[in-house]
Amino acid sequence: MIRRFFTPLFVLSMLLFAAAPVLIANAPYEATMGLVAKIFYFHAPCAWLMLISAFVCGIWSAIYLFQGRPHADRMALAAAELTAVFGLLALVTGPLWARKAWGVWWQWDARLTSSLLVWMIFLAYLLVRNYGGPGSEKLAAAMALFGMANVPFVYVSVNIWRTVHPKTSVVPTLPVDMGGPFWFCVAAFLLLYLLMLTMRVRLEEQRARLEELYRVGES
Amino acid sequence: MKRSLRWLLVVLCIVCITDRVSEAQPKQPPRGQDEFVPVNDLPPSEQLPAAPLLVAAYAFVWVVLFAYVWSLWRRLGQVEREIAQLDARGQPRTR
Repeated sequence: MIRRFFTPLFVLSMLLFAAAPVLIANAPYEATMGLVAKIFYFHAPCAWLMLISAFVCGIWSAIYLFQGRPHADRMALAAAELTAVFGLLALVTGPLWARKAWGVWWQWDARLTSSLLVWMIFLAYLLVRNYGGPGSEKLAAAMALFGMANVPFVYVSVNIWRTVHPKTSVVPTLPVDMGGPFWFCVAAFLLLYLLMLTMRVRLEEQRARLEELYRVGES
Repeated sequence: MKRSLRWLLVVLCIVCITDRVSEAQPKQPPRGQDEFVPVNDLPPSEQLPAAPLLVAAYAFVWVVLFAYVWSLWRRLGQVEREIAQLDARGQPRTR
């Protein structure tokens, strides 16, 4: 369904992104952090999508490992690349916020360290896929399972360990005039994520088709 | 001689008065050399501005997402062009 409506959905996601800064600018300031806390409206959706994408990659990797379906491998690879992209966004926007709010760029606390770890696992996944040679798909799929296993720890880390990062209770307790722009941004990022995932899977399908055409030509 | 003594007395009086006046004036607070003075709020001139950090964060997100979508578009276009060329030739060729 996404493929059929790809262009209108892409235009819609661009419109959502264009409107997001207006809503964010009109949202109230956070009492203790002030203006810089507005990074939250882009930072949190990026961090969520990193975790969701890691989970998607892990699920499809498990399907590939146990059933050997090529489509599952393509989905896993696409999701791993998006985990790396959204992880990069979260890990760069976070320190820009922290520099003002905490006075430091980075803090080796549970949330930040575990997020970095998940991101590095999926970077390793991509490196294995690119340079691992034949059979690297299964090794990478096993790595994705370990990456996925970290996701729940990343999410609850702020509630379990002593940390300077805001807790998970922040989002459910957002007042309406802050929650509205936040969920708007989440919708914009989620739509863009789905479109990018669709494009990335299509790229892998077309590559597989091209390989098949060359294989037929060689035989 | 009398005149010199008179001048000497005048100079001594001026020195004494100046010394008293300088002692009577309140002393400047130490500027971090003798002791540190804690304050709760930084003066505005020394505060880290939030706006450049906010703009940098948003610009980074936009640039990375745009670059990634553009790279996907380019890679997909290359592969589809290659497939179309092979299809147009009727039968697949070896690399």
